[in-house]
Amino acid sequence: MRILVPLALGALILVGWEYLVWYFQIRKFILPAPSMIGEALVTDYQTLLVSLWNTMVVTVSALSIAIVLGVAFAVLFAQSRIIEISLYPYAVILQVTPIVAIAPFILIWVGLDHINRALLILATIVAFFPILSNTTLGLKSVDHNLLNLFDLYRASRWQRLKELQFPAALPYLLGGIKISGGLALIGAVVAEFVAGSGTGTGLAWRIVESSNRLNIPRMFAALFLLSAFGISMFFLLTLLERLLLRKWHESAVRREN
Amino acid sequence: MAVDHIVALPAGTRAMEAKPPLIELNEVGKSYLNGTVALANASLTIGHGEFISLLGPSGCGKSTLLRLIAGLGSISRGSIGWPQASKAAGHMGDLGFVFQDPTLMPWATVFNNIYLPLKLAGVGRAAAAAQVSEVIKMVGLEPFAHTYPRELSGGMKMRVSIARALAVKPRVLLMDEPFAALDEITRFRLNNDLLQLWQSQQWTVIFVTHSIFESVYLSNRIAVMSSRPGRIVADLAIDAPYPRGEAFRMTPTYNDYCRLVSVELARAMSENEEEH
Repeated sequence: MRILVPLALGALILVGWEYLVWYFQIRKFILPAPSMIGEALVTDYQTLLVSLWNTMVVTVSALSIAIVLGVAFAVLFAQSRIIEISLYPYAVILQVTPIVAIAPFILIWVGLDHINRALLILATIVAFFPILSNTTLGLKSVDHNLLNLFDLYRASRWQRLKELQFPAALPYLLGGIKISGGLALIGAVVAEFVAGSGTGTGLAWRIVESSNRLNIPRMFAALFLLSAFGISMFFLLTLLERLLLRKWHESAVRREN
Repeated sequence: MAVDHIVALPAGTRAMEAKPPLIELNEVGKSYLNGTVALANASLTIGHGEFISLLGPSGCGKSTLLRLIAGLGSISRGSIGWPQASKAAGHMGDLGFVFQDPTLMPWATVFNNIYLPLKLAGVGRAAAAAQVSEVIKMVGLEPFAHTYPRELSGGMKMRVSIARALAVKPRVLLMDEPFAALDEITRFRLNNDLLQLWQSQQWTVIFVTHSIFESVYLSNRIAVMSSRPGRIVADLAIDAPYPRGEAFRMTPTYNDYCRLVSVELARAMSENEEEH
């Protein structure tokens, strides 16, 4: 049901789109019909797939690094209030700085020969904050009675972290990862747009190149692949969340009422 | 003076035999940073194998006192001593604590929740399995060893909490109004189960409650506390034999004791009010 209904709606929209283009005789470089986009997908599939792969690699790598760093800093913040107070504002600065603004700077920094490194850094910056913020909240949101219980049994700091705070923080962390997944993708795409001409290899670059050459169907095809990747990633992360939480968390548990 | 007065027992009862002292509370006081004085000069000697209730009105500091005995939080004045504890061990590992809320880890099964204190003490899973299973059996939750807390009723969750407290084979069981949140039928059943276990396992039980009826039914000694700042104002022996069944609730002895305790409690509550 959850899969069929959106798909059906999507199919309806595609059909309507095709019809409108035909009816109003819209030129293909203004709004191509779905059939044209499909054609471009098939013809150019090799180049498009390579670009898709490149974007996927950057996105997934950025997300992974963001998770590792986000959780590490969150653990640090949960251990020491001083560290949290001193470092948190800088983390916020990272979040609110638009990467379009700092992208040129980062590019020069890593050297124009290593565009992919710059893309990775920028995408990681964008994806980092939700994980840090959510995990910090989760680590601190432990039932104080459970904390008392752990004190009573003389648990070490590490034990408390592993047995109590981590499982308690998991729902929050997974929520943060779902958000950061999409952000990592956006970061990778935007960074590539800003990186400019010639050396880009991801889907964003394909979009820019296609629009420059007025190959609008191919541009749309690249856009479609981008969206498809984003949606798939979101669903995969949601599935992961449900899998990890379905035994016990209110959000994922199946109930009769 | 340790207590303000010791009440004369109803005629025909005998005084309780003196038990070797296990915990000595000596003029214990607890104040918080914002100026609230939770406890003032609470003194009490708890003996081995007793089932003693701390009875008092809401906010009188009985839970605070229990937590101080457990080592949670610091004492502002006075001392709590364990005369029989060796210098090295203190009272470590010998305490079971049951909160008013079951306080279970929702992400862990019943087995894993009960295994927790042993895990924290470094006991391996395989080594602990026998002990955990035994305790699960003791509280009657064998078929539920691998269920999650969300699938259990309130009474069952409380049993898990009790089982967890028993997992380390404690000498002393500290219970903070454990049955207060349960319905009456479950409460009565758990009362009886607790008494049965106490008779076979012989722990010392310190039971915080605000219910006169519960304290008389369960314990052989009741320490009545005044309202805040808390102080032990009466120390009563409930000298009725064990095992006590539901029928005990209908006997004149039970009702006499309840009346007695009720009078003491009322007096305790009004004392502090007069002073203010």
